Amino acid sequence: MSGKVIVITSGKGGVGKTTSSANLGMALASRGKSVVLVDADFGLRNLDLLLGLENRVVYTILDVLSGECRMEQALVRDKRQPGLALLPAAQTRDKSAITPEQMQEITNRLAESFNYVLVDCPAGIEQGFRNAIAGAESAIVVTTPEVSAVRDADRVIGLLEAAGLREPRLVLNRYRPQMVQANDMMSVDDVLEILAVKLLGVVPEDEQVIVTTNRGEPIVLMASPPPAGQAYLNIARRLEGEDVPLMDLKAPVNNGFMARIRALFSGR
Amino acid sequence: MVFDLLDRLFNRNKEASRSVAKDRLKMILAVDRTDISPQTVDAMRKEILAVIAKYFEVEDGEQFDVSLERDGSSTAVIANIPIRRIKKAGS
Repeated sequence: MSGKVIVITSGKGGVGKTTSSANLGMALASRGKSVVLVDADFGLRNLDLLLGLENRVVYTILDVLSGECRMEQALVRDKRQPGLALLPAAQTRDKSAITPEQMQEITNRLAESFNYVLVDCPAGIEQGFRNAIAGAESAIVVTTPEVSAVRDADRVIGLLEAAGLREPRLVLNRYRPQMVQANDMMSVDDVLEILAVKLLGVVPEDEQVIVTTNRGEPIVLMASPPPAGQAYLNIARRLEGEDVPLMDLKAPVNNGFMARIRALFSGR
Repeated sequence: MVFDLLDRLFNRNKEASRSVAKDRLKMILAVDRTDISPQTVDAMRKEILAVIAKYFEVEDGEQFDVSLERDGSSTAVIANIPIRRIKKAGS
């Protein structure tokens, strides 16, 4: 088997990179694919926590590289979604503990036995970023419709293209349709016009993401996932080559006089 | 709270933050992408003004601005220089 190695990156921290990695991995696995999530955030690992697998981590990438354990021993298999595995990052070491060549070796080996190898990249554009993209054949850039996140995404897109990762695809996270309608947030088209990349999906802001993260259960696992979860399931289908139209993100029309007055007083 | 409310009621024609964000991003990304230093832009700005001033009477002070703007895949230098009148030959 030769699986796809995809890096999930953003430049800026806190835009939902790890949340997106966890949900996309889970969504692809729920579609019957074998998926391994590789945490490339050495020293600040969190993917285990978002997946609710933190208590089952025994070995890390470093132990595999040093020969301390076999790859199979380091992989944490998800019990809810048997197609999903996690290769944890080392928490006690920093980003210089591994080289791009070693990361490439790891992802190449994983691609032999999984359909998808998703690499969760650390924030920033330094060593950790260079490691994470080393073995990838394509890239997903996560951003939010905020000036700082879009600026950083642009920088990362430039670096990805310079590294030969052509045509990265964009996930626009924390989208708030009501704010866009009120002209208080950049729209999907605004961001696409600025970044000039292909859109992979739009994930609306959703409080349920916080709730599910608290529990260590990615939102796509919910029985009837709210729009944010549905968005990740759609992105998974697009990764598989399906042509899935964007969800209708328009906020319910509520332009009545009283609604405007209420909005005025609630400060929204 | 009251002032905030009044501000909302009477400041309707303030430019939407959405387009402000977009314009600011376009500007800064053009600079980021060309990797040009602010000093270079400033030097270029002064030289452009000097050339214009040879042929036109220009507004003095900081009335003009020179910036980079990015549209799709091309970058443009945009100079906005208000002029008073054409200089007469020999004057």
